[in-house]
Amino acid sequence: MMDGMRVALMVTCVNDVLFPRTGRAVVDLLTRLGVEVDFPEAQTCCGQPMVNTGYLDEAVPVVRTFVSAFEGYDAVVTPSGSCAGSARHQHRMVAERSGDAGLVAAVSEIGPRVYELSEFLVDVLGLTDVGAYFPHRVTYHPTCHSLRLLGVGDRPRRLLEAVRGLTLVDLPEAEECCGFGGTFAMKNADVSVAMGADKARHVRETDAEVLVAGDNSCLMHIGGMLSRQRAGVRVMHLAEVLASTEAAA
Amino acid sequence: MSATFVGMPAFPTAARAALADTQLRHNLTHATHTIRDKRARVVAELPEWEELRTAGAATKDRALLTLDEQLVRLEESLTSRGAVVHWARDADEACRIVADVAQAHGVDEVVKVKSMATQEIGLNEALAAEGIAAWETDLAELIVQLGDDLPSHILVPAIHRNRAEIREIFRRRMAASGRPAPDDLTDDPGELANAARLHLREKFLRARVGVSGANFAVAETGTLVVVESEGNGRMCLTLPEVLISVVGIEKVVPTWRDLDVLLRLLPRSSTGERMNPYTSMWHGVTPGDGPQEVHVVLLDNGRSHALADQVGRQALRCIRCSACLNVCPVYERVGGHAYGSVYPGPIGAILNPLLKGVGSDPQVDSLPYASSLCGACYEVCPVKIDIPSVLVDLRAQVVDAHRDRRVPKPEAVSMRAAAWTLSDSRRLARAERISGRAGRWLTRLAGLPGPGRRWTSARDLPAPPRESFRAWWLRTRRRGSRS
Repeated sequence: MMDGMRVALMVTCVNDVLFPRTGRAVVDLLTRLGVEVDFPEAQTCCGQPMVNTGYLDEAVPVVRTFVSAFEGYDAVVTPSGSCAGSARHQHRMVAERSGDAGLVAAVSEIGPRVYELSEFLVDVLGLTDVGAYFPHRVTYHPTCHSLRLLGVGDRPRRLLEAVRGLTLVDLPEAEECCGFGGTFAMKNADVSVAMGADKARHVRETDAEVLVAGDNSCLMHIGGMLSRQRAGVRVMHLAEVLASTEAAA
Repeated sequence: MSATFVGMPAFPTAARAALADTQLRHNLTHATHTIRDKRARVVAELPEWEELRTAGAATKDRALLTLDEQLVRLEESLTSRGAVVHWARDADEACRIVADVAQAHGVDEVVKVKSMATQEIGLNEALAAEGIAAWETDLAELIVQLGDDLPSHILVPAIHRNRAEIREIFRRRMAASGRPAPDDLTDDPGELANAARLHLREKFLRARVGVSGANFAVAETGTLVVVESEGNGRMCLTLPEVLISVVGIEKVVPTWRDLDVLLRLLPRSSTGERMNPYTSMWHGVTPGDGPQEVHVVLLDNGRSHALADQVGRQALRCIRCSACLNVCPVYERVGGHAYGSVYPGPIGAILNPLLKGVGSDPQVDSLPYASSLCGACYEVCPVKIDIPSVLVDLRAQVVDAHRDRRVPKPEAVSMRAAAWTLSDSRRLARAERISGRAGRWLTRLAGLPGPGRRWTSARDLPAPPRESFRAWWLRTRRRGSRS
């Protein structure tokens, strides 16, 4: 199925700038699994920060850039449920706003080929055991857009359960939002922090060493609170856990 | 009720005050989780729940898409059964109609069934200004009214109060409007309910005019439906000589059969019950039985405006179950008052801007942003209102309403700058090199300056990397890659 398939990495702007190790983990992981992955250099951002703040006109050129970067690939893999959700569910609205039928057609064509990492591994590659080794006590936060916008279901958990050495503990109130919410974290900072405080408390209740999720922006928020509390819990993207091997450890 | 939502500050300001109220936080967490869990249990009993949701949404859509016809049909059905139908464009007109009917009967008091529409139009205050007391008879609405308080939830308006607070309100306030609370009243729920029962019974037996809303209005048969738990509604609907019902025009459903799906969706979604204890249905006047003069006020008050909104019109499907409030992580922490309206929570965050319009009132404009877009509301909505999508669309309307400002807001300037940077990867790469250096310098500070403080006041920033992903790729991979 993978033969001749052209796979692009959509690293996302947040990962590109702040969490390059996540992008490198996706490249390492996919390479290890025999997938040749390309990084289209024209890529920038999915446009979600503008769309979710109400700046649709500003999102139009960003979505055009997205299209020119990822047109022609068979699959676009991204280590972010939120950005995958943006490409699959919001780009059409932005394109329609532009009044450009060509852009509408292009985003409709690319959208269904955008995969969040766990979807790509489980659905396209047909894998749950990716040969990872990570000897730590881990809890998993299913980020809202992965869970409810994309419907990734238990794919990330199945991937984590197959990791050798890893102990997966349930996170209480796991499906409740952490309070990041993009510009919500700034525009409604007090509510965002109140939500994050409860999420951080639940993480600490698990006694896990590592909090894992599929979105670094949510992890930046929860991790920023855990760090401020000197909680002794670190946050890590799912891709980095899955990229870890015994050889590397 | 002397309290009013008029003049409430924008959501972030109101929310900050609410977050600091520890009693409120405690009461809300307990109450929302209790109802949330109850709902989840009874919904899980029905394997056909998703089909029911789809059918419920379709039923309401069908009514809304033919609203003009349905309303005319409803008026005919009601009139033929002896009811008097009034049309009200806005809150003032609706209040005027109710006051005129009450005054025509020379009364100085009315008893009320719990009703969102009458709260929305500020009926109690309008009647008070005419010297008419409007007594709330729903237990929670009574608590709110006696406490000079504001409702904070659609279904459980006193959700922000606990038993001890309710006991205090009853002891201090009941005497001023009728039978006082017993001297030895404790905070036992049974005792509190009994005190309310005795206090209200006098009012039920005395009042000559009742006021209600309706959960549904059937165009085909002229049936109005009230769904409730306590039986106080049944008292108000049957004991007085005159009944006035204020009904939002979006409450109409075409046929009697349409009630089937909606009455299965509503109790499970709202109180977490398989069936609600009291469902009252009436058609105009029945000689010798119940009120002999029946008025129905069909209320627009912004609903036509909402119906014209292609994305937002789905909000008119709402059957006021409040499931979205109970699962909302924002509502759970701030409660209802911060939304500045009788419609709080996720549905309030879309309904208020849709009814009132955006671009003129900063409080209304702040509501579409009162959400992290987590999507929990959409998941539980019994009529499948895609609240997150409507929120995003309303945010765009808020931004568009301010596009011609001579001095753009700082946010607009930064969004334009971001769009410029992010529409060309070379500009982004250049920005990354600058921000990498700035970031390493900034994290040495205790916190970010300016608006960045909103992040660093409670959260650490991650240490920025020395090399962006893009730079790493170019350095290590480019030669071997296909691009």
